[in-house]
Amino acid sequence: MEPLERYRPIIDDFEAFLEACARPLPSVVRVNTIAASLERATAVLREEGVEFEAAAWNPHVLRLTDDAQGPGSTWVSFCGMTHGQEEVSAVPPVVLDPQPGERVWDACAAPGGKATQIAALMDDCGTVVANDSNLGRLSSLRFNAERLGASALAVTHQDARNFSLKPFDFDEFDRALVDAPCSCEGTIRKNPDALDGWSEAHLESVSGVQKGILRRAVQATREGGTVVYSTCTFAPEENEAVVDYVLDAEDCHLREIEIDLEHSPGITAWEGETYDERLERAIRLYPHQNDTGGFFVAKLEVGS
Amino acid sequence: MGENGDGDGLAENVGQRFDRLPATADERRVEGRVSREEVCTYFEERFGMPLETFEEYTFWEKGSGRIWIYAGEAPTPTSVEALGMTCLRTRQEHWKPTTDFVARFGHHATRCVIDLTREQAARFVRGEDQELPWDGDWGYLIAACELAGEREPLGVGLYVHGEFRSMVPKGRQRALE
Ligand SMILES: C[S@@+](CC[C@H](N)C(=O)[O-])C[C@H]1O[C@@H](n2cnc3c(N)ncnc32)[C@H](O)[C@@H]1O
Repeated sequence: MEPLERYRPIIDDFEAFLEACARPLPSVVRVNTIAASLERATAVLREEGVEFEAAAWNPHVLRLTDDAQGPGSTWVSFCGMTHGQEEVSAVPPVVLDPQPGERVWDACAAPGGKATQIAALMDDCGTVVANDSNLGRLSSLRFNAERLGASALAVTHQDARNFSLKPFDFDEFDRALVDAPCSCEGTIRKNPDALDGWSEAHLESVSGVQKGILRRAVQATREGGTVVYSTCTFAPEENEAVVDYVLDAEDCHLREIEIDLEHSPGITAWEGETYDERLERAIRLYPHQNDTGGFFVAKLEVGS
Repeated sequence: MGENGDGDGLAENVGQRFDRLPATADERRVEGRVSREEVCTYFEERFGMPLETFEEYTFWEKGSGRIWIYAGEAPTPTSVEALGMTCLRTRQEHWKPTTDFVARFGHHATRCVIDLTREQAARFVRGEDQELPWDGDWGYLIAACELAGEREPLGVGLYVHGEFRSMVPKGRQRALE
């Protein structure tokens, strides 16, 4: 927990934050509407005697209130009607707001919770290009995509920083999600050892990769298209600083995010650096606000 | 090289890339490659899935006899890790649909669907073989059971000599009740 001390100046009610970080995460599933409607999936859950409560901000996100069985050991899960996915990890695809028939790029997609959610939001119609540079993680992505029946999803294995659209016969996307590799501080409730090996030097090296991927995503998206940047970490070096850099380097601007979850605005100053004021439009989701993991989400529109 | 390769001779099937299935057998350029028409006809004849079910999808082959079903856009040939989902194995005597294809499209099936009780279904998803009565065709069947009042396709099994063998892949098997 010690590395988290550096966020004391930017987090309201820091003690509640630390307390929440020390608690285990509630078990949450997302209803996969490719396999079943919400009504059908919840009917099967009820028949199985699984108790749940829908999240107020998203009826497809269900908190299992008595998770004796584990989210994977149910008939609904076997049939692909639900997928275990942390509650705030379901936020970026909702902010991306993909539409049926569009071309969407998920630059860092493995193991595929968000890519399959994107396919479901598009009614499994259009093209979702789910990319990752890690072959081992790609096999989990493929397993999840097939289990959930995502037939509009293509899987590529490239370094997203210089992603090539050569395997496709179009040359830009309507939308892109960059759910970047990060220091994962916000997953501390799921992995109590998430902070082992934490160092500022690591933040610097990972932020270089993040900038490269986000730049490529803006370049590969059409004028007027949407790019969402997200991480599961608190470090401004990996969040606001990355977006601030890309706002300068590429032709894009920040949009407001509307979401019915308690959150804090992005910050505009950190350790002597200042960022574009519009970074307040980004959102920071802290564990104590909604009893979830931590996330950062920013929404960009390509062009001026 | 490839589908539109060297004139009249059949080209070799290239394993590292995806080739779209030709519409019909007449348009076939690669030895042993099935056509879209043959695949759809198989699903229709064996499982009663209406041909319209697949109107919006394309079919692809990667490697020998592994057929994929895809709803998105891609040129042929293309080199990627996956396009949609694997749906069928064709380069063997009896064609075999995949469990995930059946879970996704099985509700369109009207024949060769074996309805299991909850206990039989639990054995099936654990990957076990079981003795079962069945008076339809032998071979690959869609296993289904009733969940919350509706028939739900679960996966593929092989029926021979009074025995129903679960084909649920290891990684998909679950201990359920
Ligand atoms: C936070 S995880 C993505 C989680 C995923 N979006 C989901 O919802 O399941 C970040 C991913 O980025 C991948 N990655 C790291 N560097 C990359 C690069 N240069 N290009 C593409 N992917 C990369 C990692 O392998 C990892 O799977």
